Amino acid sequence: MSVDTIAAEKKSLFTPFNIIAGVILIAGLIVTVMRFTGGLGAVTNLDQNNPWGIWIGFDLMCGVALAAGGYTTSAACYVFGLKKFHAGVRPAILTAFLGYALVVFALGYDVGRPWRLPYPLFVQQGTTSLLFEVGLCVMLYLTVLFIEFTPALFEWLGMKKIRNTVVKLTLALTIFGVVLSTLHQSSLGALFTIAPSKLHPLWYSQYLPVFFFVSSICAGMSMVIFEGTLSHKPMHHLMDEEYLNNHDGLILGFGKAASLVLFGYFSIKVIGLAYDNNWHYLTTGYGAWYLVEMLGCVALPSFLYAIGVRDRNITVIKWAAGLTVLGIIVNRFNISMVAFNYHLPSAERYFPSWGEITISLFVVTIGVVVFRFISTRMPIFYEHPDYKGEH
Amino acid sequence: MLRRTFLGLLGAAGASVALPTSAKAGGKSFGPHPDTQAVLFDATRCIGCRKCELACNEVNQLPAPDKKFDDLTVLDTKRRTDEKTYTVVNKFQGKTSPVFVKKQCNHCLEPACASACFVKAFKKEPNGAVSYDASVCVGCRYCMVACPFEIPAYEYDEPLTPRVMKCTLCAPRLAEGKLPGCVERCPKEALTFGPRDEIIKIARARIAAYPDRYVDHVYGEREMGGTSWMYISGEPFSEIGMREDLGTASAPELTAGALAAVPIVVGMWPVLLGGIYAVSKRKDKIANDERVAAVKDALTRAGEEAEKKLHEQLSKAEVANQRRIEVEVKKAVEEALAPKEEEAETGEEES
Repeated sequence: MSVDTIAAEKKSLFTPFNIIAGVILIAGLIVTVMRFTGGLGAVTNLDQNNPWGIWIGFDLMCGVALAAGGYTTSAACYVFGLKKFHAGVRPAILTAFLGYALVVFALGYDVGRPWRLPYPLFVQQGTTSLLFEVGLCVMLYLTVLFIEFTPALFEWLGMKKIRNTVVKLTLALTIFGVVLSTLHQSSLGALFTIAPSKLHPLWYSQYLPVFFFVSSICAGMSMVIFEGTLSHKPMHHLMDEEYLNNHDGLILGFGKAASLVLFGYFSIKVIGLAYDNNWHYLTTGYGAWYLVEMLGCVALPSFLYAIGVRDRNITVIKWAAGLTVLGIIVNRFNISMVAFNYHLPSAERYFPSWGEITISLFVVTIGVVVFRFISTRMPIFYEHPDYKGEH
Repeated sequence: MLRRTFLGLLGAAGASVALPTSAKAGGKSFGPHPDTQAVLFDATRCIGCRKCELACNEVNQLPAPDKKFDDLTVLDTKRRTDEKTYTVVNKFQGKTSPVFVKKQCNHCLEPACASACFVKAFKKEPNGAVSYDASVCVGCRYCMVACPFEIPAYEYDEPLTPRVMKCTLCAPRLAEGKLPGCVERCPKEALTFGPRDEIIKIARARIAAYPDRYVDHVYGEREMGGTSWMYISGEPFSEIGMREDLGTASAPELTAGALAAVPIVVGMWPVLLGGIYAVSKRKDKIANDERVAAVKDALTRAGEEAEKKLHEQLSKAEVANQRRIEVEVKKAVEEALAPKEEEAETGEEES
């Protein structure tokens, strides 16, 4: 491993990854300056009718949903006692921690006065707001994720005593994490329950919080599979035997669970449709798009997962995971942007500007770079030799 | 404690329970206050002169618009409130003549913006105004998402100190005993200011007096839980840019279910998850115990069998050994006796 890293360090800095990342980071910094000198109006297409764009729809909504791998994996391993997920916990926790940290970072661009973000907690509490609940839970959960991540940090720094103390808290932290995740994942959906007149009836439902929570489980499991696939090649030399031996088992386990949960999600979505008696909208243009989301991004991956697990075909499962991740993004985009303000004429609708897209890419790139930095240095994909076999 | 003091305290406690403020369902509702003020807009009276817009701009010291307020061509395009304009008048084509409708914050009884705000920057004041406090506003713009009337506007061009801008019901003027700027300036008395219950009576009286002139509906009496700015019109409201599908549920009612689930999740999840953990742990333990017992059992059985076999082998070996010894002894005896017999035989032969 150490030979490999030394070899990698000797290689030129101008790898394709570094060049692309560098360009995005520089563009992001330029837009950052524009945002904090010219205001949101200078870089975004937001307007009085469309107060939320992709910085909320993608960075916040998708960011939080796709970081759900942290609580699903740690719950599977520590609460449900499924030991085969153990090797997947650390990468998932790290991804979730970075994901949430970046959500907060991205909010710094979107809200008017980012330094006031602690105000709802410490100055004046708007407890009737679902956004208050989201803010409170995200702050607490970010703290929980950080503590859950620290054993890797302490192992890297060789601080045994404190590392062992934190490890003892694992179960309590996991349960607390699941409670907080349940609350804020669902509250992100519940944010829109206040605006039935603005969100298209096919997407509006009193069950939005339940839909968001259940779909976040699918998103979390699919993201662990999807991201495992992405990091497998560049990080292969860092992965220890436990990780590699359990990798296929983890994929099969999560594939099976994801298939079932997606099926359940499909069912409750249909129940929601029936409860509000919205069938007649299915024949409209929005109905066609709704069917694309439901059949192509929920039913199809559920089916693909099932086939992949039955045939023990990892490739099919990975495709299903990718499709589910895409489906979650489609769903969050639909609720926060595509089906939001559906009543307005098309000239008054929102489409993201280059500045907004740049910042979203900037945030994702920072995430990837920091993930690489940490996972190539700390015991993420392998167990630290001093603590081997301790579960 | 003196008995009289105690009774006095008891009475005070009872009185505070009876106060309307404590009846506010755990701080979940924002109004309505008993003496809430309201404004009635009569679309049959409005002539689209934009004097109200001018007055609003002046009393609130808002920046000057691109086109002057006496330029009525502005009415040809549909407008909404923005960060420089608290009120706009829009023109719609009625059955016979154009209809003008003034738009501004409706000052809801249970405001969606106040319900949505996570720093309580919005408040429903006792005089009926929905106020905004820029000194705590974070600028998340959830109020704009929540408002069903599309009123709050944001200062998108302010890099560091953006505020949400909207009609204040001229609360500072009300405090001085004056009318809201637009109401005072209207030359046709299309705007009427007064206590909300009085205003509703006036609206009903006008509809009753001229049933042919008005649609029989006071818009805002019940929409979204009721507003402090109400409308009567000769045209169906949906044809003059006002949504009739908002329903009568107030914003806090719409989110009440989701909010109520929060404490239950906090209470239930640890129990449920702890239970699942305990069950999985116990299952593991039982499985482990069973495995240990099975191994032990197998071992003892194997041991017993081995011992038995050994015993058998031993006893068999003993028997075999006995036989072999016997055979050997017999052989030895025979061998020992053989020369004697031979001798005897030879002796016999010799003799």
